[in-house]
Amino acid sequence: MSAITLDNITKTYNKGTVLAVDKATFEVAEGETFGLIGPDGAGKTSIFRVLTTLLLAESGNATVAGFDVVKEYAKIRDCIGYMPGRFSLYQDLTVEENLNFFATIFNTSIKENYDLIKDIYVQIEPFKDRRAGKLSGGMKQKLALCCALIHKPRVLFLDEPTTGVDAVSRVEFWDMLKRLKHQGISILVSTPYMDEAALCDKIALIEGGKILSIASPADTVKKYPGKLFAVKSANMHKLLQDLRSYEGTYSCFTFGDAMHLSFKQDADADVSKLTAYLTAKGQTNLEIAEITAGIEDYFIRITEKLNG
Amino acid sequence: MDNIAIKADKLTKRFGDFVAVDAITFDVKQGEIFGFVGANGAGKTTAMRILCGLSVPTSGTATVAGFDVYKQAEEIKKNIGYMSQKFSLYEDLTVMENITFYAGIYGLSDKEIKDRGAELLDRLGITAEAKTFVGSLPLGWKQKLAFSVAVIHRPKIVFLDEPTGGVDPVTRRQFWDLIYEASDRGITAFVTTHYMDEAEYCGRVSVMVDGRIDAFDTPANLKKQFSVNSMNEVFYQLARGAKRKAD
Repeated sequence: MSAITLDNITKTYNKGTVLAVDKATFEVAEGETFGLIGPDGAGKTSIFRVLTTLLLAESGNATVAGFDVVKEYAKIRDCIGYMPGRFSLYQDLTVEENLNFFATIFNTSIKENYDLIKDIYVQIEPFKDRRAGKLSGGMKQKLALCCALIHKPRVLFLDEPTTGVDAVSRVEFWDMLKRLKHQGISILVSTPYMDEAALCDKIALIEGGKILSIASPADTVKKYPGKLFAVKSANMHKLLQDLRSYEGTYSCFTFGDAMHLSFKQDADADVSKLTAYLTAKGQTNLEIAEITAGIEDYFIRITEKLNG
Repeated sequence: MDNIAIKADKLTKRFGDFVAVDAITFDVKQGEIFGFVGANGAGKTTAMRILCGLSVPTSGTATVAGFDVYKQAEEIKKNIGYMSQKFSLYEDLTVMENITFYAGIYGLSDKEIKDRGAELLDRLGITAEAKTFVGSLPLGWKQKLAFSVAVIHRPKIVFLDEPTGGVDPVTRRQFWDLIYEASDRGITAFVTTHYMDEAEYCGRVSVMVDGRIDAFDTPANLKKQFSVNSMNEVFYQLARGAKRKAD
């Protein structure tokens, strides 16, 4: 059985004038970590709310843990954990009180499922008497995850759990998710960080309410059409303009300390011709190398097409 | 002196016995794009609040646009721009109303507001949207508009607090084009970000760990110093050793 299925789910707002989710269809297998990757406003949160039975879709069908999101919403609520994008625990309750509260409404206790949260909870346990509102961002995030897990959900929904979190804490958070996966929990997680996509079993790229690609991270980047070069020079700011005006260029974008350059056709991917062109433009210290596309390269490539 | 936009010397802020900012020393040149990175809780926000004239340091000295953070906080506020992803524009006002509001706060005359407003709309290619409510604009447009509004009074320095959080990869890069343009016009950009690829776009980067600045140099030199290939690895090596596990 699939942990989650979506079949042509469409969600609109403002009496149909705003199309938030446009016929989204995908499936999350049992035990899988599935990433929904896209920028703010792409429709990620609307999908989460439909699946967690907080919003009704206009059309389409969806199931979670085998239950229908409309007819069997109560059963779904019993067996899922949901960590919304915005911190939504009780600010005036302490860490321990929050956790107790969530355990109690799901008819369980901290003790009963302590194993599941232990790794995460020990990190915030020294602060268990502190009010949740007084916690720092990273600790709030850990507490929210504990509260979403305390009733041992079958499916876990994490809406942008790492937004605004620094790079080190993001790595730690994904380590925690890996351990949960070993416990057999199916996870749907959304993120605007493309580098996190590689840590999922499968990813869906989403933009403008449309699912644009569904595949494993490795297969996603294999879909990148044509060749891709990384180019560096002594004057990076001018390099971008020079590369964009090169006749064989399809597109060029900055990626950290290099420019990623794609071509109209493979025949244009000619290092010696490109070197001659850039040298004539006065560029020095040139480094040109063919590279394998990453998920962000692919995302830019397919959304560019969409936008124009 | 004239080409130094920000200068901090042993700048320190304590809250009780907690040292949020611990004797940081650095300078930012006029027109430079300066990356100010660090883990959550490292003290970035506290330091930034001091530099924006919103908080008084406990000890040390700092000048921003030539003004002293202890005595000339009001002058500092007039000479800087500020934009954060969390708060930038009023969603219930139109594009032009937001421009008029911010430009008015910074004391621009009606004529200046009209001229610069038109120029701004033209540069962003959104002249047709002047009467659109900001709330109904795509996020990417909002970010670019927020940045342009933050520099409408032509400040010497603009503080950008995680300006690109959550935006799509293309818009994120277009946003950096705007920062480069502003830098070319001589505006200093002081930028915080969690995207370490963006740290590579800065002229120099400082990395805060536990209230201190533990590294401060160009991205190329920092990578050399730590023998790694990316700023992400530089950051990871530094921040992993942080004792403040608060965040």
